[in-house]
Amino acid sequence: MAASMQHVFVGAATGVFKGVNLAQKKATNFQNVASLSREEEICAMCWGNQQESQVCIGLKNGLVKTFDAEQGEFTDCANCAGGDGRFTGLAKYQGSLVTCVESGLLRVWKDEGEKVDMDVGKDVCRMRQNHALPHQVATGGKENELKLWDIQEPEKPIFKAKNVRNDFLDLRVPVWVTDLQFLSEQKLVTCTGHRQVRVYDPATPKRRPVLNVELGEYALTALSVTPDCQSVIVGDSQGSMVMVDLRMGKVQKAFKGFAGAIRSLQCHPTLPMVASCGLDRFLRIHDINTKEMLHKVYLKSKLNCLLFSSADFTQEETETTKKQKRKLESSNITDEDEDELWGNMSVVQDGKKTDKTKRKAKTKKLKKPK
Amino acid sequence: MFYCVYSTFISTFYDLSKILGPPTSWFILSFPKMATPKKKKMPVQEEIQDVDNDSAMAVPSSAIPPPNISSIKNKMRRTHEFIKLKRQRRKKKELQKKRKRETEALGDEAPPKKVPKTIENMRVFDETMVDPQDEEVLHDEAHDEMASYFSRDTRPKVLITSSDRPRSTTTRFLKELGQCIPNSEIYYRRGLDIKKVITQALAKEFTDIIVINEDRRKPNGLLLCHLPDGPTAHFKISNVKLHDEIKRAPKSTEHYPEVILNNFNTRLGHTVGRMFAALFPHDPQFSGRQAVTFHNQRDFIFFRHHRYLFKNNKRVGLNELGPRFTLKLRSLQKGTFDSKFGEYEWVHKRHEMDTSRRKFFL
Repeated sequence: MAASMQHVFVGAATGVFKGVNLAQKKATNFQNVASLSREEEICAMCWGNQQESQVCIGLKNGLVKTFDAEQGEFTDCANCAGGDGRFTGLAKYQGSLVTCVESGLLRVWKDEGEKVDMDVGKDVCRMRQNHALPHQVATGGKENELKLWDIQEPEKPIFKAKNVRNDFLDLRVPVWVTDLQFLSEQKLVTCTGHRQVRVYDPATPKRRPVLNVELGEYALTALSVTPDCQSVIVGDSQGSMVMVDLRMGKVQKAFKGFAGAIRSLQCHPTLPMVASCGLDRFLRIHDINTKEMLHKVYLKSKLNCLLFSSADFTQEETETTKKQKRKLESSNITDEDEDELWGNMSVVQDGKKTDKTKRKAKTKKLKKPK
Repeated sequence: MFYCVYSTFISTFYDLSKILGPPTSWFILSFPKMATPKKKKMPVQEEIQDVDNDSAMAVPSSAIPPPNISSIKNKMRRTHEFIKLKRQRRKKKELQKKRKRETEALGDEAPPKKVPKTIENMRVFDETMVDPQDEEVLHDEAHDEMASYFSRDTRPKVLITSSDRPRSTTTRFLKELGQCIPNSEIYYRRGLDIKKVITQALAKEFTDIIVINEDRRKPNGLLLCHLPDGPTAHFKISNVKLHDEIKRAPKSTEHYPEVILNNFNTRLGHTVGRMFAALFPHDPQFSGRQAVTFHNQRDFIFFRHHRYLFKNNKRVGLNELGPRFTLKLRSLQKGTFDSKFGEYEWVHKRHEMDTSRRKFFL
């Protein structure tokens, strides 16, 4: 079934679970579309295991399905209902599922029906797990400050962020954490619905954000850290995706091509690429360094979340180009024919670049004083 | 035609292009009119017939209207120019006759007739064009916010309002819209926030809200919000003509009109088309012989309201009633109106999206 490796897994608002192979530029639906209902909307996704061969999908009705990428079908379906609202985060800790819903109920579903509950506050928007320290989990939401929890100590958070000082009118700054990520081992980055990007350092006694950047005009909805951990890519509700340098606290680059809100972003763990999906029904892969759009796939439904696999799919592409090269070599082209070919082609001249804004400073000759 | 909702038998006799003129000239009507003494046939007509080579995209010389010969005062010069013009026309006619003779002489071997390239023909390939048999899109539409209307669970009830303190043109426009859309109520805005209007409308079981925005004494924007949690579309209005400004326009009646939606082909177009369809009641009253048309061409949506009369099997007479205006989609937001924190499904970004003259989104 899933003979070809899927590079990106995407979950849609209609409930369809899709896999996209970027080398072959193909998207496959892993379910029969007609059998789905509105209640099976995919809210959250996470990798089921370290090898990234399994995907856990959280649905709106409280079910969590496990999908096996090698077999190409759903292997498990667990009922993880509890609390009100949709899933805001899924994680795997020591083989058991950790789920968080909007009402603030964070639950660890251990084997044999055992559950460990934690109350993380009301109106949670996001919950994420620390990949370096899997027992740490961070949550944040609307009027719900960033909190860092340890699963083994469910009573109190390890770190609870403090709100920024009152603004210049002496008014309280509202809090709305829409997305958060772990930056290296200890630090955290959050983006807010009030257009701020903040970096927190739980190691320091300072509970206020280390860095607070105000961006753009529209609420930020998604966030992802670049592989070098020096900058962060944020997407907003009108479809502008921007890279923010965390050292300078400024916008570095803007990525173009979006028409709708960006719901989910993820940078590739090793390659300089970022995948984004959103309400305009497209999955886009951009190159972080050159800002160009490498792939754009139309996926017919509004997309909610995505997972970018760590596999290096650019290697697969070079294999196909290698095959093409071999084909060329095998065809008989002698040196003389090649020279003729090259001779027949017209010479390309570099066009002069005229930069109207800048003018070349005329080099003035220094005059020797008489 | 993508979506002739209730007028399947009308569509065979109802060729919009005949009423409103060929597409390119019709599109030109949306530009500001130049001060010409008489209404001339648009010169672009000639462009269509002869364009058949690669220079189609270069501005042909015939697109620039020729200078008016009758305005030359000097009689000798005037006659010379007229003779020149006649010579050109005669040459052209002879060329056409020659071509016709050649094709007839060749008979079957004649090369196929050349189809002129128009901007619609040369439209950039759009991946989001909806395939009518596409399972996923059908499923998506069957479960979207307007599905309750199409499954006949809800009947439309429209609230029409404007921006605060509307001027006379806008109030007249509101009244005409209210007459055109059955089951609609007009309320004055009186400084209320749109979010509060929405909560009050939900309480009174309205299914749609239309807010006409006014600028400089003229309506210039339309906000269409589907309730309870439907998408909000924001349009730019241009070229408004009210009932009094349309010549020989009869009064409209209370009959439910038939709705015609043309050319809404892409996925975004489908959503917008469904929003328009959800404004009108399901069952049109054919005895009223009224039809409302939303015709999409090059991302401009032309609204027309006609009364038709079949003179015989082949000829239809049309009388334009009610308002006439052009809409252009600016943004489509998911959920009810929330411009600050809402998520947008589609936003028109002029510098990124208007780079090609042949790329359209609806």
